[in-house]
Amino acid sequence: MAKRDAPEINAGSMADIAFLLLVFFLVTTTMDSDLGMMRKLPPTLPPDMPKPPPIKDRNVFVVLANSNDQLLVEGELMDITELKEAAKEFIENPMNKETLPEKKQVDVPLFGPTMVSKQVISLQNDNGTSYKLYIQVQNELARAYNELREDLAMEEFGVSYETLLENKEKKKIKAIRKVYPQRISEAEPKNVGGN
Amino acid sequence: MSKFKKDDGKGDPAISTASLPDIVFMLLFFFMVTTVMREVDLKVKVNTPEASEIKKFKNKSLVTYIYIGEPTDKKLGTSSRIQLGDAYADVAEVGAYIETKRGEHDEAEVPLLVTALKVDLGTKMGIVTEVKQELRKVTALKISYSTREGGVVN
Repeated sequence: MAKRDAPEINAGSMADIAFLLLVFFLVTTTMDSDLGMMRKLPPTLPPDMPKPPPIKDRNVFVVLANSNDQLLVEGELMDITELKEAAKEFIENPMNKETLPEKKQVDVPLFGPTMVSKQVISLQNDNGTSYKLYIQVQNELARAYNELREDLAMEEFGVSYETLLENKEKKKIKAIRKVYPQRISEAEPKNVGGN
Repeated sequence: MSKFKKDDGKGDPAISTASLPDIVFMLLFFFMVTTVMREVDLKVKVNTPEASEIKKFKNKSLVTYIYIGEPTDKKLGTSSRIQLGDAYADVAEVGAYIETKRGEHDEAEVPLLVTALKVDLGTKMGIVTEVKQELRKVTALKISYSTREGGVVN
């Protein structure tokens, strides 16, 4: 009997089919980044709550942003690029200046008694402030805290703060956060600049 | 001039396209793996700002998105609008929207829910603050400002 070869299937259109699928996925794909700055909003206070005690002026770092996207930091016009350094100096108060925040001795686990500054950063923006500037300010303030924490982690544990976060060394992270607690308070916005 | 004589008869051999499907399939698999189906049709233009101190969501199913930006439909003007789900919405509807989203989750998960604000960088803070106040009213206190990973301002 004559043996016949099975006819070869033409695979030329395979590429077309694959291209079709490829185009479909190209169109529907979104390189969606799920990145963001996590923040916690303050809970609404019941109206009969007693007012919190006032905070001393020297302990508050006032950042104001107006509708022209200008920054007023502690009463002085400031560029966004200088904000981080100013915030760092305020939080740390390395020279124990009279105008910068007071310090209180706190017993921090792993570190023992440490002087912790009573800093609070107050952020207030106008209704006309752009969201871009707001995010930049938030980012710079977060950077100020993170850099201080980074320095402390290097000094005390010899590893970077980020490594601690990655390895989930909760005790060490907690201790660092206790020395540099992130206290950013947002005041209710004002509507001065119109719109 | 025999040196420059062309090969007579035979043309260039055809390039084999047999491996073309393989190449295309490779690309195809890459896109299939990285693809995330768009969850909603964006009706507002959102170009998120850049920031460096950012975190990735641990669990994407716990995130509710609120979009704020200029409407893509030019007829609606250029003032910023809020988009909840697939439709434009008013600030007052934010609370109800969060409540319905909560209903879709298990009760134990409710405190873990995060509201992600995807806001265009040109938006004025007024509308963003109003949304934040609404979120406070329904005690959806965990929020995230969606940003792109990017440079710092120096």
